[in-house]
Amino acid sequence: MIEVIDAERCTSCDICVNVCPTNVFDKTDGIPVIARQSDCQTCFLCELYCPEDALYVAPHADTPCPTDVVALRETAALGSYRRAVGWTDETRDLRGIDRSYLLFGH
Amino acid sequence: MTTNDRRAEQRPAPGGSVEFDADVLVIGGGPAGTWAAVSAAERGARVVLADKGFCGTSGATAAAGTGVWYVDPDPALREAAMANREKLGGHLQNRRWMARVLDQTYQDSNRLAAWGYPYPVDDSGKPQRNSLQGPEYMRLMRKRTKQAGVTILDHSPALELLVDDDGAVAGASGVRRQKHDRWTVRAKAVVIATGGCAFLSRTLGSNVLTGDGYLMAAEVGAEFSSMEFSNAYAISPAFGSVTKTLFYGWATFSYEDGSVVPGAASKGGRSAIARALLQGPVYARLDKADGNVQRDMRASQPNFFLPFDRTAIDPFRDRFPVTLRLEGTVRGTGGLRIVDDSCATSVPGLYAAGDAATRELICGGFTGGGSHNAAWAMSSGTWAGWGAADFARQLGPARQRHLASAGTVAFRSRSNRPLEPAVLAKAVQDEVYPYELNYFRHASRLDGALARLDAAWVDVSAADAASKDDLLRARESAAMLATSRWMYRSALARYESRGMHRRDDYPDQDDRQRHYVTSGGLDEVWTAVRPHADASYAEAAE
Ligand SMILES: Cc1cc2nc3c(=O)[nH]c(=O)nc-3n(C[C@H](O)[C@H](O)[C@H](O)COP(=O)(O)OP(=O)(O)OC[C@H]3O[C@@H](n4cnc5c(N)ncnc54)[C@H](O)[C@@H]3O)c2cc1C
Ligand code: SF4
Ligand code: SF4
Repeated sequence: MIEVIDAERCTSCDICVNVCPTNVFDKTDGIPVIARQSDCQTCFLCELYCPEDALYVAPHADTPCPTDVVALRETAALGSYRRAVGWTDETRDLRGIDRSYLLFGH
Repeated sequence: MTTNDRRAEQRPAPGGSVEFDADVLVIGGGPAGTWAAVSAAERGARVVLADKGFCGTSGATAAAGTGVWYVDPDPALREAAMANREKLGGHLQNRRWMARVLDQTYQDSNRLAAWGYPYPVDDSGKPQRNSLQGPEYMRLMRKRTKQAGVTILDHSPALELLVDDDGAVAGASGVRRQKHDRWTVRAKAVVIATGGCAFLSRTLGSNVLTGDGYLMAAEVGAEFSSMEFSNAYAISPAFGSVTKTLFYGWATFSYEDGSVVPGAASKGGRSAIARALLQGPVYARLDKADGNVQRDMRASQPNFFLPFDRTAIDPFRDRFPVTLRLEGTVRGTGGLRIVDDSCATSVPGLYAAGDAATRELICGGFTGGGSHNAAWAMSSGTWAGWGAADFARQLGPARQRHLASAGTVAFRSRSNRPLEPAVLAKAVQDEVYPYELNYFRHASRLDGALARLDAAWVDVSAADAASKDDLLRARESAAMLATSRWMYRSALARYESRGMHRRDDYPDQDDRQRHYVTSGGLDEVWTAVRPHADASYAEAAE
């Protein structure tokens, strides 16, 4: 489930509020809040759309998994999914490297 | 690409609501809904698309990504592709529809390429178009839907259909959950593309899929088909949501003590995993993937690795616990019955596409994923969009029609007993999740479950109307309840095992039951049997 909005990175653009399919976030005057964490479906899509890599979704689907943002910044986790699918400028080339055709029919 | 400068018209509306006049309303903005919207707009229709979530991220495809049944138009390849899955599907497919879907999927995929989808190219320089990355694909579909002149309403779940005096479907209404108001779209035709029903099991991307379109369609009298084929379960790490199963083809499954689960496999051995899970935890390790395969896996499905990378599990070396999450009709094949080539339902003005429609025509009684669903979503979406646009055109200029709301449960106040959505959803889950009820079916167990579900329906039909804040959740849980009853009533009407429908009390496939089970009804759920096309041709020839 969604665990972290990194207040240091977030620019309050509200994109995550818009794109979350299950309406987990609420707008505020400042940075959005995780208003309905238990509705989170652990789809990781808010991470992909956050231009600042300010969001972190823990992979645990059924239970919250409190995550320390300071420790998280030490890892490469923030933005890792966005980089892996090629949705950052530096990783654009990864958009076209799907090799599923080699794996189907196994 | 024709751009449509005829947009749906916003009409003045009382405070707290917005209203649109359109030719076609598409409900649901996954692949089926976006293809329907684009196709209808390209035929000149004024189109509104309403999605519960955000068109582009919502639904099973956006989060998961899909293999696609894309086969070059070489007769031998096409023949092999059609023959390949017939046995698995219990010979309930229809060759004519399979051929149509292969053709349409080929054309639609090639349009995606022309629109800029970054398909990979293999070592020989040939483009490979049998896989789509979910976020990339659906971001592109949102863009094309907008460019086609479609008005998109995000965070706008439809709650009930509108009908005219003749019972034809003429629009829908719902809520805008971020604006806290209501929407109404008057339309000459409606496409239901709300996906399947995965019963809030947290399988990837599917918690928006609660069978809402089924409930709305049933309220105007639509019929269902193949609802017994609704017990798809998918493998995921026990703690996680990522139910992507392809890579488990390289897994070894083991018990707690490390010994191998006999017969367990992702394909053709999933029931062995379910039986083992009834005894205790089951573990997997992708130990059959060599270095090259591991690299290709990472390149192909970055989301598969998120649960592992974020918990410091090396899935190729470490054993990790797995579970099976119910995907219901998302990777089942049941849904709204299609009555003609334009994906019309049995109700005038109402069309169905994608997982909301039955996939029996190309999948029969089985689809564990593996590309047919995605092919069906784009093909049926394209046809339903054209069909709805043509229907709207035939209806002519907007006559003043008298419209009525068709919603039942959660709208009608009957007593002072509150409808509690979370309690109801849990009650349904308790009847549909357990492997011993739904994976391994038996009349004695299904009878009990159905009796409890029927009683729950009586109860919720008599409950108080839901409050404004609870309305969406109330309708979602009522839709799950209705779905479970078509599912189990149909399961009881098939006295054999076929496709994914597995009866402990009738373990064999029975040649005399190579037919479809139709179902419907809300207060009284009914089933009936329809012959498979081959059978009716055979009779006609006699
Ligand atoms: C993990 C996973 C992997 C899969 N892999 C494959 C694969 O490899 N190959 C394959 O062929 N298939 C696969 N599938 C199945 C495939 O994803 C679906 O068949 C496909 O997404 C169906 O498209 P759809 O447009 O009908 O539904 P969806 O993509 O589910 O979209 C439905 C849309 O309807 C909206 N909606 C729901 N209710 C309402 C309402 N009341 N009002 C308005 N909008 C509403 C939702 O928000 C959603 O946007 C997979 C599914 C899953 C879950
Ligand atoms: S998308 Fe990212 S930057 Fe924008 S509001 Fe959300 S968390 Fe902040
Ligand atoms: S993971 Fe998905 S459901 Fe959860 S907050 Fe992010 S976008 Fe929303």
